[in-house]
Amino acid sequence: MATSTHTEVPSEHGKGVFPPFDPTTFPSQLVWLILTFAILYALMAKVALPRIGGIIEDRHKRVADDVAAAGKLKAESEAAVAAYEKALAEARARAQVIAAETRDKQAAEAETSRKTLEDQLNIKLADAEKTIAATKQKAMAEVRGIATDAAKAIVERLTGKAPADAAVSSAVDTALKS
Amino acid sequence: MADPIHQFQIVNLFPVAKVGDTQIMFTNSAAFMVAAVTVISIFLIAGSASRSLVPGRLQSMVELSYEFVANAIRSTAGSDGMRFFPFVFSLFMFVLTVNLLGLIPYTFTVTSHIIVTVTLAMSVFLTVLVYGFYKNGLHFFNLFVPKGIPIYILPLIVVIEVISFLSRPISHSVRLFANMLAGHITLKVFAGFVTLLGSAGAVGIAGAVLPLGLVVAITALELLVAFLQAYVFAILTCIYLNDAIHPGH
Repeated sequence: MATSTHTEVPSEHGKGVFPPFDPTTFPSQLVWLILTFAILYALMAKVALPRIGGIIEDRHKRVADDVAAAGKLKAESEAAVAAYEKALAEARARAQVIAAETRDKQAAEAETSRKTLEDQLNIKLADAEKTIAATKQKAMAEVRGIATDAAKAIVERLTGKAPADAAVSSAVDTALKS
Repeated sequence: MADPIHQFQIVNLFPVAKVGDTQIMFTNSAAFMVAAVTVISIFLIAGSASRSLVPGRLQSMVELSYEFVANAIRSTAGSDGMRFFPFVFSLFMFVLTVNLLGLIPYTFTVTSHIIVTVTLAMSVFLTVLVYGFYKNGLHFFNLFVPKGIPIYILPLIVVIEVISFLSRPISHSVRLFANMLAGHITLKVFAGFVTLLGSAGAVGIAGAVLPLGLVVAITALELLVAFLQAYVFAILTCIYLNDAIHPGH
């Protein structure tokens, strides 16, 4: 395009001048540069840049909001976990208290019943011992009579005459003592 | 061999207006300026049209260019520099697009004309001057008086600072202009070798492989330069604007 149009208007500018230094082209370039750059500046400043800046700003805000929301949810879930653990610990403590109480109560009951049983048994034991002692005494007393009679009979059989009661009694007493 | 300068020729397409004795023309340069503005506007406005929370490819590119320029300003001129964001962004996108469009064969490179780069650089220079005096008043002159300099060499330093300040628009504009001009001339010269050797029989065609490879390599390099020069232009703009915002450093 440039080549063909150039040949149509070749003598427009200074001949033999290096084109970038040809002052006759300056006014047109200047006017168009100022015009196009002003339009570009206006478009950038009023339309494009506020829009792009807004998009980026929105994204930063959205990300910040999301992070904040996530942080809030995390704090909430941590609070819930803490509350759950506290409730669990309380329940466990209460259970231990109840268990300890029950254990103590049962131990106390067992102790009381054991004691009453022991007392009863002791009383029965004492009664039994008393009966045994009485029976023994009675038996011992009877043993002396039997022994005296037996000795009297033995002496009578051996000697053919009944011995004096007093002698037999003292002899039996002596034998029982030894 | 084709004239390597021919690609910089301004071609009048049709007249637009007459101011005094000067005829204002719609030229090939103007056509590419309009094309660049159209491309940038379509790219940015279409790319941000969906306003997606999760950006697509086009929107990613749009956001990338936005963040790229915004970060460049924040890192050089601080957050106060963001008031010039539309200006720096327009400059960067305009220079970049015009440079890249110029790399397409048979197109015209707007920034290969000194009047364009000088105008852009002067717009930066005047913005720095006007805003510097508006914001800081006479304290703007502190820019020329660095702190902690012994009094006996201060006059010399001030003179140097003033000269370096005044030469900024020159270096700012010539850097871009010369890079684009030289790159396109180099491309054209090597491409000329290819056609020249190619028309000289079988041996010539074999010999043309080397300049052809070079043209490919230089085209890749020029893509880098096109981006880099736009970036340098924008960064220098930020640094100069920083002087207007914080003249005392």
